[in-house]
Amino acid sequence: MKVVAAVSAASEEMPSVLAVPVDELIIGLIAFLIVFGALGKFALPKIKATLDERADAIEGGLQRAEEAQAEASRVLEEYKEQLASAREEASAIRTQAQADRSSMVEEAKNEARQAAAQVTAAAEAQMAADRAQAMSTLTRQVGELSVELASKVVGESLTDDARVRSTVDAFLDDLERQASN
Amino acid sequence: MFAEVVSASAPTSVSAAGGPDCHLMSGCGFPAPGAEIFLFEDIFTLQLASLEFGFSKVTVLLLLGVVAVVGFFTYAFRKPKLVPRGAQNIGEVGYVFVRDGIAKETIGHGGEKFVPFLFSFFFFVWVLNFFGILPGAQLPATSIFAIPVAFALIVYFTWVPLGMIKQGPIKFFTNMMFPPGVPKPMYILLAPIELISNILVRPFTHAVRLFANMFAGHLLLATFSIAAFYLISASVIGILGSVASFVVTVALTGFEAFIQALQAYIFTLLAAVYIGSALHAEH
Repeated sequence: MKVVAAVSAASEEMPSVLAVPVDELIIGLIAFLIVFGALGKFALPKIKATLDERADAIEGGLQRAEEAQAEASRVLEEYKEQLASAREEASAIRTQAQADRSSMVEEAKNEARQAAAQVTAAAEAQMAADRAQAMSTLTRQVGELSVELASKVVGESLTDDARVRSTVDAFLDDLERQASN
Repeated sequence: MFAEVVSASAPTSVSAAGGPDCHLMSGCGFPAPGAEIFLFEDIFTLQLASLEFGFSKVTVLLLLGVVAVVGFFTYAFRKPKLVPRGAQNIGEVGYVFVRDGIAKETIGHGGEKFVPFLFSFFFFVWVLNFFGILPGAQLPATSIFAIPVAFALIVYFTWVPLGMIKQGPIKFFTNMMFPPGVPKPMYILLAPIELISNILVRPFTHAVRLFANMFAGHLLLATFSIAAFYLISASVIGILGSVASFVVTVALTGFEAFIQALQAYIFTLLAAVYIGSALHAEH
C-alpha cells in the first residue's frame, strides 16, 4: 500500500503498478492463447489418448482375466462332467462284464450239464441195448441148454419145436416168477 | 518512511537506487525497493496501427514462459507410451493432477473438456510465477498487473458466455441472483450482492489475488536482498544484519517457491469453479 501511495505521489513521472497498458494486456492474452493452442491442439490430445488407452488396457486386461477365469471354470466343469461320465461308463462296463461273466458261466454250466446228460443218456441207451442183447442171448442159450438138458434128462429128442418152445416158455415164466418173488 | 525514500529516489532510474557504494556507514540511506522495480524500459517498440507495442523484460519473460511450457510438454508428450518414462512421467503427473484434482473434482460432470484450458493456465501461470526466483529472470511476470488481468479476462469471457449458453441468457443471471434455499425476503438483499460479486467483483479479485501475491513476494525478496547488500559494513550490527537478511532472503525464496505453485493452483482452481458454476446452476 505504501508503495502504491508512493507511486501515486510520484505519478507524474512514473506509471502506477496498477496500470494496465493495452500492449501488455494484448501480449499477455496472446501468450496464453499460444500456450493453450499449442498444448490443446498437439501435446494434450496425445497424452489424453495414451491415458485413455492405458485405462482401456487395464480394464481390458481385467476383462480378459475375467474371461479367462470363466473359460477355466467352464473347462473344469466340462472336465468334471467328462470324468463323471467316464466313471459311469466304466461302472456300466464293469456291471456288463460281470453280467457277461455270470451268463457265460451259466451257459458253460448248461452246456456241461447238457453234455453230461447226453453222455449219460448215451451210456444208458448203450447199457439198455447191451442188456437187451445179453438178455436175448441168454434167453436163447438158456433155452438151448434147458432143451439139451431136458433131452438128456428125458432121453428123448425134443424135435417138435412148438412143444419145446412152449415148454421153455413155461419154464422161463416160472423162472421169472421166481426171480420177481 | 519507505515511501518517502522511494519517491525521493530518482524515479526515472529503473534499477534500484543506491548503487554499488551505498552501504550502512557510507552516509547513504537505505535504498528500499519500490514500485520502480516493477517498471521496465522497453527494449524496442513496435508500431502496429495506432498501437505501440513495447517489448520489455516482461515480454521476454512471457515468451520464455511460452517456450518453456509448450516446449516441455510437447517434448514430454511427443510419443506417449503406455508405460511412461522420464519426461512423460512428470508431464503425466501434471496432467492427471489437473484432470482429477481440479477439472473433475471442481467442475464434475463435463469437466474433462476443460482440462487443456485449465492445464494451460496452471502451468503457464506457475512458470511465470517461478521466474520470480529463477536466477537471471528474478521477476514473476504475473506481478505485472496487466498479465493477471489478461488471464482473468480470458477466464471471465469463457465462463460468462458458457453460462449464458448452458443455462439461457436470462436464466443464467436469475439462477445466480436467486439461489434456492433462502427465505424469500432475503432476496432483496441477496440478489444485488450476488450479481455484483459474481459479475463485477469476481474477475477483479481473480486477477488481483494472483497479482498481489506475486507483487508482494517479489517486493519482499527485493527488500531483503537489498538489505543484505546494504548492511555490509565495518560494524558488528551491519554484519549481523546483513547475514540475517541473507538468511531471510534464502528462506523467503523457499517460501516464494511454495506461494508460486499455490497461487497458480488457486488461480486455476477458481477458473474451474467459475466454469463449474456456469455449467451447473446451484440446485
